[in-house]
Amino acid sequence: MKILVCMKQVPQKDAPLKLNESGTWIREDVSYEVNEPDAYALEEALRQREKHKGEVVVITSGPARAQQVLREALAKGADRAIHLEDDKFVGLDAFNTAKAFAAAIKEEQFDLIFTGLQSDDYGYAQTGVILAELLGWPHATIIMQIEKTDTGIRVKRELEAGYFQFVDMPTPAVLTIQSGINKLRYATLIGIKQAKNKPLKKVSLADVQSAVGENMQKIEKLYIPQKTKKTEHIDGSPAEIAKKLVDKMRNELRVM
Amino acid sequence: MADTILVVVEQREGKLNRASWETITAGQAIAAATGWTLEAAVVGSGVASIAGEVAGKKVAKVYDVESPKAEPYTPDAFAAGLKQFLSSKQPKLVLMPHTYQVRDFVPKLATAMGRSVISDCIGFKNEGGKLVFTRQMFQGKFAADVSFTSDAPWFVTFQNGAFRGDKAEAGASAAPVETVNVDIADGVVRNKPQEVFKEAKQAVDLTQAEIIVAVGRGIKEQKNIDIAKQLADALGGDLAASRPICDSGWLPMDRQIGSSGQTVAPKLYLALGISGAIQHIVGMKGSRAIIAVNKDSEAPIFEIADFAVVGNLFEIVPPLIEEVKKAKS
Repeated sequence: MKILVCMKQVPQKDAPLKLNESGTWIREDVSYEVNEPDAYALEEALRQREKHKGEVVVITSGPARAQQVLREALAKGADRAIHLEDDKFVGLDAFNTAKAFAAAIKEEQFDLIFTGLQSDDYGYAQTGVILAELLGWPHATIIMQIEKTDTGIRVKRELEAGYFQFVDMPTPAVLTIQSGINKLRYATLIGIKQAKNKPLKKVSLADVQSAVGENMQKIEKLYIPQKTKKTEHIDGSPAEIAKKLVDKMRNELRVM
Repeated sequence: MADTILVVVEQREGKLNRASWETITAGQAIAAATGWTLEAAVVGSGVASIAGEVAGKKVAKVYDVESPKAEPYTPDAFAAGLKQFLSSKQPKLVLMPHTYQVRDFVPKLATAMGRSVISDCIGFKNEGGKLVFTRQMFQGKFAADVSFTSDAPWFVTFQNGAFRGDKAEAGASAAPVETVNVDIADGVVRNKPQEVFKEAKQAVDLTQAEIIVAVGRGIKEQKNIDIAKQLADALGGDLAASRPICDSGWLPMDRQIGSSGQTVAPKLYLALGISGAIQHIVGMKGSRAIIAVNKDSEAPIFEIADFAVVGNLFEIVPPLIEEVKKAKS
């Protein structure tokens, strides 16, 4: 099985974020990490390759810093990487990001493409599904299990409120992967060493420019959300806080 | 002809998803702000009764978009059927609830029509005739106002709980229902979905709990969950968790609160070390009171907390357990 994993670099979960001067994006001088569901997507691809042989290719778009995500993926066992490298990729909407990916892989023949189910920055939950439509492939979202069958694959979709559903589908296909589908591995020292010699192909914006159009939506303004709820801060030493909370629970909330 | 807003309500296996009423409320609010006409549609096979249910609300018209291939749900059938319907109707704005089902097909549908979706919105504004949609970004740390720069139809999905379903206005009389048969060709539907099921081990029902003590990443290690358990026991409440805790196997999946787990509304929700990602918030923001303990003063959970404790949960929870025990004895 030849599997492509789409990965994204996002600000670290507890990184303090600041707005840029125009109030349209964050200041980029923060720490980054791999988007969490994408890490699970990679892990699943590696496990599928271990079962069925084949190749795992990772792809990302973004500035030079985004290469770190690919390096880590190679260290964990991915075979090669593709980096669509340009600052401008950060501002592309989901449609154009998918277009750029589709253009970058048009010479390749994958059986499966995995993405995380959504990103921790934009949170659109769209790029994978759009990519499937652009390629003319079937897709399934929020996947918790993948098995190869005689005719394609059988996947387990997570639905809301604790419900699930198995879906049989042909390949090639795009799957968006839910966090928790598997247990993540760590990169080994040997893996990190080997990663340095694995192929990492760079694709410039110019290479895919003809596929990318104008964004179809625009962030007019990014801002700190207005609070709608009145929040009372409870301060003091731990012992004082404990006393105050019990007082609130007993006398205001009446839950004790 | 006036511009039209079309709400596509959600049905699964012939039942209306209640989140659809929230989208109707949103549609009514946008109609009031723009003067556009509000209509609704349902897609399925033999779903006329759902169209009838929606026709009781204040909408100009309801379309029952029918195809035998639309049951059971598949993204291929829904995208193909709606594309056909929308291409002939050409509404200005198409609204849907941001459910797992909608997430599964709406990016495909919009792409097939060369259009774009602003997904998971929590509100809208009419800024001098220009519609902008508000959505959370960076896990709720920021909000963004997003506008369309492409042609209509514009697709927007609304987060669960962004509008109140019980505020959807009823109509003076039932709206007319028009049946539209769409033709989905053989071979379009590629996926074969099996029966929907619940995991057998899903035994814990947190929806009836009056007090919930929930833990998140801030608990750091599995063994630390015990202090949250002690607090829950002392309070006579139930223990729950955010998704990463269940993903790690530290608590079973049936104790998970959020979009992929249970939706709860207890009298008290005590969040320990939970940052408050959107996927978690949607499952608990209806709680009557929320107490949040987190070391990060900018954690989004504090946006919705009634009582905020910025501090180390490992210092605060042990004396809290003692105080609760004392107060109860």
